[in-house]
Amino acid sequence: MSAAVKSRQRYDAIVIGAGHNGLTSAAFLARAGLKVMVLERNSYIGGAAVSRELHQGWIYSNCSYVCSLLRPEIYRALDLARHGLQIVPYGGGVTFTRDGDYLGGYVDKDVKRREIARHNAHDADAWQRYSRDTMRQCRFIRSLLLRTPPDPTSLKLRDLRELLYLGKRFADLGEQGIYDTIRFYTLSIADYLAEYYESDLVRANFSGSGIIGTALGVHSPGTAYVLLHHYMGDVDGQAGAWGYARGGMGAVSKALAGALQSFGGEIRTDAPVEKVLNRGRQVTGVVLASGEEILADRVLSNLDPKRTFLGLLDQKSLQPDLVAKARNFKIRGSSGKLNIALDGLPEFPALGRNHPLHCGDLHFLDSMARFERAYDDWKDGRWSRDPYLDLLIPSMTDPTMTPAGKHYMSVFVQYVPPKVQGRDWTQADRDAFRDTVFDQIETQSPGFRKLVLHAEVRTPLELENEVGLTEGNIFQGELTIDQLFFNRPFPGFAQYRGPLRGLYLCGSATHPGGGVMAAPGANAAREVLLDMGQPEGVPEGWSDD
Amino acid sequence: MTERAPIIVVGGGHNGLVCAAYLARAGRRVLVLEAAARAGGCAATHEFHTGFKVSSIAHLLYGLDAQVAGDLNLTQHGLVLAQQNLRSVALHPAAEALVFEGDSVSGAGLAAADRDAFRRFIAARRRFAAVLASWHAAPPPRLALHGWRDALPVGKLGWSVRRLGRKEMRELLRVATMSVDDWLNEYFTNARVKGALALDAVLGARAGPRSGGTVFTSLHRAAGGGSYAVPQGGMGALSAALAHAATAAGAEIRCQAKVAGFEVVAGRVSGMRLASGETLACSAVVSALDPQQTLLGLLGARHLEAEFARRVQHVRATGTAAKLHLALSRAPEFHGLKTQDLGQRLLIAPDADYVERAFNPAKYGEYSPQPVMEVHLPSVHDASMAPAGQHVLSAIVQYAPHNLAAGWPAARSRFLETCLETLSRHWPGLRASILHAELLTPADIAGRVGITGGHWHHGELALDQYLMLRPVPGAAQYATPVGGLYLCSAGTHPGGGVLGTSGRLAAAQLLAREAAP
Repeated sequence: MSAAVKSRQRYDAIVIGAGHNGLTSAAFLARAGLKVMVLERNSYIGGAAVSRELHQGWIYSNCSYVCSLLRPEIYRALDLARHGLQIVPYGGGVTFTRDGDYLGGYVDKDVKRREIARHNAHDADAWQRYSRDTMRQCRFIRSLLLRTPPDPTSLKLRDLRELLYLGKRFADLGEQGIYDTIRFYTLSIADYLAEYYESDLVRANFSGSGIIGTALGVHSPGTAYVLLHHYMGDVDGQAGAWGYARGGMGAVSKALAGALQSFGGEIRTDAPVEKVLNRGRQVTGVVLASGEEILADRVLSNLDPKRTFLGLLDQKSLQPDLVAKARNFKIRGSSGKLNIALDGLPEFPALGRNHPLHCGDLHFLDSMARFERAYDDWKDGRWSRDPYLDLLIPSMTDPTMTPAGKHYMSVFVQYVPPKVQGRDWTQADRDAFRDTVFDQIETQSPGFRKLVLHAEVRTPLELENEVGLTEGNIFQGELTIDQLFFNRPFPGFAQYRGPLRGLYLCGSATHPGGGVMAAPGANAAREVLLDMGQPEGVPEGWSDD
Repeated sequence: MTERAPIIVVGGGHNGLVCAAYLARAGRRVLVLEAAARAGGCAATHEFHTGFKVSSIAHLLYGLDAQVAGDLNLTQHGLVLAQQNLRSVALHPAAEALVFEGDSVSGAGLAAADRDAFRRFIAARRRFAAVLASWHAAPPPRLALHGWRDALPVGKLGWSVRRLGRKEMRELLRVATMSVDDWLNEYFTNARVKGALALDAVLGARAGPRSGGTVFTSLHRAAGGGSYAVPQGGMGALSAALAHAATAAGAEIRCQAKVAGFEVVAGRVSGMRLASGETLACSAVVSALDPQQTLLGLLGARHLEAEFARRVQHVRATGTAAKLHLALSRAPEFHGLKTQDLGQRLLIAPDADYVERAFNPAKYGEYSPQPVMEVHLPSVHDASMAPAGQHVLSAIVQYAPHNLAAGWPAARSRFLETCLETLSRHWPGLRASILHAELLTPADIAGRVGITGGHWHHGELALDQYLMLRPVPGAAQYATPVGGLYLCSAGTHPGGGVLGTSGRLAAAQLLAREAAP
């Protein structure tokens, strides 16, 4: 078929982008009986939830690497277990100190408490208070994840009802609880932790979750909230736990695709969409880069609003106000990643051999000042000279990732700028960045370098080029209050609908934001079905409610 | 017949004096106890070098509660403004200064688009600041949402946002928590305009322009009306007028009477001990000292429920603003500044990144190697401040954190040197013209006026310490959990700046709750 020939296939709905949210939307629509087509630019599906063999014999979860936030309601509704998804919890974590000690985050609560007490007795007591208060915030937000945010300026019955629901949830917190919640959403992670902990090490240990993926420092107001994006999940009902998808994060995408196909949905890879077609205010389909047109009255975009509204739509059909909103939407790249193939298991002398936390997430920043300085480097357009690493060795838990006796190490790095002091990344920059990370690992694992067989270095640039995440922002848009809930991605567009009839957003740039949660995808599908007059079929609200 | 014990106002700062004046006007017997030799607190004038006087801490009047000024007839009690509606002028060591007046900005290198953007920006800031101003006029509501009656005052707050109209309401809900840097970038490309506006947002704050919540601090400052004035005789003249108004209404002011602690009987404040050993009985207490000092120092945590005490302990109050005073033998000649602008509000904040970089060290307990400044020369408008032909320069300098890691005794002279170096870049002849220099660090301010952390606002002005969260839930409506004890300092709603609103609202709460004898 030549490029000029129009295939004129017709679908009920097209989903642009086979990321986990796009697949989730598609699966729910297909399950509701729609004829659905997912179009993916890459030759493989999954977006940032992929398993890729980039070194022979080694499977890398080369973007997202751990799983916790995936909503259990979605997991159950799409029967992802049947489609092969198995989440294996991993054990705790460690913060190494520069003097050769560590603070262990054990899974067992009593052991963890004793471990904190080893460093600071007061903080061991404070940890219980901290856990209780933080879990209270998790419970509050969890009830809002699988719901469409109300428009606070609207007088529509549905919005008023949702506002009332929100008001009721608030009132249920009790007066002090409401005050605590407002403060929680406006405090920095540093100030939040300072209300509990005395020890700088203990504070540092809990800080990482406030800044992962975020172009903010531990002292920036608003980072306490980001904590929730690492606490509000669960594995097998264990709140706050994290696990691996067996076989890498691609297993999540594979299971979602399996569910989609079991409902009759289709996926086409190597099919980059060039434009969304419209007639007047109505969406009519898409045209691929090849020139092929595919028709549908509904198009869901898994891309961020900048790419969707400014890149795929006929610019003449856009209000200038919307163009400004899309431009002002903050998507800042601040993270990088190293995927490393290892000849053997690296040792960390501070832990000794066979330590149960060896297979947990390992961290190297032991003071708040080191965290903040890492951010200051990013502000200056450099990667952090002393970065925050979230290091894991998934092959210790999931032996399917590597040949026997070998290992795979996943190193998430914060902060890494999308451009180096205003210019594009060069190979020399990439090498120097890799060495910065290696040097930090070597401080706790002497001889680590000798084990390295292959290392994939991913700066925000690679993430953007490969996955289509603007600036390489892992949440598809900063998780600051001005871009959350009814402000996500921006006011007036928080209910998944775009500026054209039949156009929807379903990516992490919509409520409730990033992490491999799949909630934006499910919520968007529910809105599509609502517009078709069949609102049932997508889980709504909170099953543990 | 014995007269009932007086209401004691602890601290004769502007809020204490305002509160005393209102209570006295309502016919209550009021005694103000001030530790220093003269009332005034942060609104004071002192002679720092023979013949040279300066407003010691606050140096410009920008949000004085109009109702206070009217109710207390401050003009009649001697308040004269030497100059009003100061322009803001952004200095640059290598370019002509930018002059901001109302909603217009002028100066070399400005494009029509910058001027237009400035007009739109000021219009938006005014619109949103007006919402805050409406909140500042009344005590903040509690959020005990048990029923419609509790929800009503909260609904009123919401309504003030709703009536902006759909578009503006959405915009306010979006920008309210943002960093001022992000907000400015949506309007401006001109770095110098952004620098000046960024400084406005972070003056007095432990925050940089990239910190979330600095749009809020910008709006809070603008809520005062956004115009700057200088009292004749310095800020001490305002305190003198307030003291005069209070005494004229029947209040008694005792200076050099430092309070050492409160006496509590059956959950109610019954009196107090002075540092001199004297004890005084009282019917109620209003403290104009900061909340931490009042509740944890004078009252003592043992009288408070543990959770409440913990909240008070965690009020964020680390001052980052220092004050520089220079006695000058001649009029300064700042680069690019027109002579007629010498007496205006001069800003050293060439761009927003400069401001952010100045803030960076404060996070690590270090001072800025290149600080930002708000400079004012009161002697241009007021001949009483300096000998003829000579001048006084007063500058707020940031960032100089109270908790300096190296300790202020060791770092003081180096930081003074840093300040002079920064000023010299704009006026190379500075050093030859200095007759005397005085630097007040937050530690000095803490010592001199007795504010915890040397923080002007008696607690950081931020979203987590605003409205019903200021200073802490449970004391945000001026009454504390201890009977008869009230707060009226800038640490309460609506917060700092020389506003006097806290004093006024606290007096009203006390009058409503404490029956007259």
